[in-house]
Amino acid sequence: MELTLTNFLLFMVNCILTNNFIFSRYLGCCPFLGVSSKVETATGMGLAVTFVMALASLFTYLVYHYILVPLQLTYLITISFILVIASLVQFVEMFMKKSMPALYNALGIYLPLITTNCAVLGATILNIDNSYNLLWSVLNGVFGALGFLLAIVLMAGVRERLEASNIPKSFKGFPISLVVAGLMSVAFLGFAGLGKM
Amino acid sequence: MRGVFVNGIINENPIFRLVLGVCPVLAATTSATNGLGMGLAASFVLLGSNIVISLLRNLIPDKVRIPAFIVVISTFVTIVQLLMQAFVPALYEALGLFIPLIVVNCIILARAEAFASKNSLFLAASDGLGMGMGFTLGLILIGSVRELLGNGTIFGTALFGASFEPMLLAVMAPGGFIIFGLLLGIVNAISNKLSTRKGV
Repeated sequence: MELTLTNFLLFMVNCILTNNFIFSRYLGCCPFLGVSSKVETATGMGLAVTFVMALASLFTYLVYHYILVPLQLTYLITISFILVIASLVQFVEMFMKKSMPALYNALGIYLPLITTNCAVLGATILNIDNSYNLLWSVLNGVFGALGFLLAIVLMAGVRERLEASNIPKSFKGFPISLVVAGLMSVAFLGFAGLGKM
Repeated sequence: MRGVFVNGIINENPIFRLVLGVCPVLAATTSATNGLGMGLAASFVLLGSNIVISLLRNLIPDKVRIPAFIVVISTFVTIVQLLMQAFVPALYEALGLFIPLIVVNCIILARAEAFASKNSLFLAASDGLGMGMGFTLGLILIGSVRELLGNGTIFGTALFGASFEPMLLAVMAPGGFIIFGLLLGIVNAISNKLSTRKGV
């Protein structure tokens, strides 16, 4: 894929709205449901995911094309990617603590949770499956994560309002959140066909 | 040992009671067959990783236990991935990305951390089997409901006549969220009712 303005914009719309990680691909649902009770924490989680996903896309691309492919070890993709992501998260955490304490205080507690966020591993494997080059891989990571950020912040906004509403006892918590997510997903279906490449 | 096994199926059912591993639950339940396939794949990984982690529990240093668990789990996931690719290619295609993603399924790491790393081989294995069965049964239930509403079939067998108008939404992305949410609410309602009856 060539890098033109049209392609870039189409790709952005496609990643953020049409193929939203949560609403159309079901990736990253655990933090989406677990960390979405307040808008501030949801924003923090979303930003931390964006940061890690961009870096993870870059490093897994390099690992895959310069280590796994030449050594014919592509069947080790799952093991190697999860290790790259886990160590990356660890490094980012240490680096932030040392040199960016303000950012660390804001995002720090969400970082360890990202290792088990399936959106990150999912995005890196999708990059390989779709044979994106380095640039598009990183863009896919960034825009995919921005879609996640959008979804989790919208969800947190709805859930803050849900706190005050009268919900049947058995539907409190997860069940009503899932139904809300479903309705939001219906709304996102409206974007289908937009930004087709 | 029987208690541990049953615990995973009913009291601590990973899908309906612990609400862990939501992504594969939503993605792999577009039909009952997909649910069954995903359930069995995850059960195999759960059983294998529980056994190996229980055997290694005294050898793994506490500080690096999470990375060690992840390596064990992803080894089993790779085994499942290669086996499925070879023997059930159609199912492998249908589940796609979600087979490698079993690695980051919270249930498996949670059981490794909370149970297998503290218990003997026998208990860990039965916990793995119980949790795996609980997960599989939950997936089949959700898969059946979605397939029935969205396609009029269960495991590919048509249940209604030709006049049945399928509700396509059920097998599309939003349907997964809504139907899982409703089923979770119903399960909660039933268990609330049972526990109040027991209390009286």
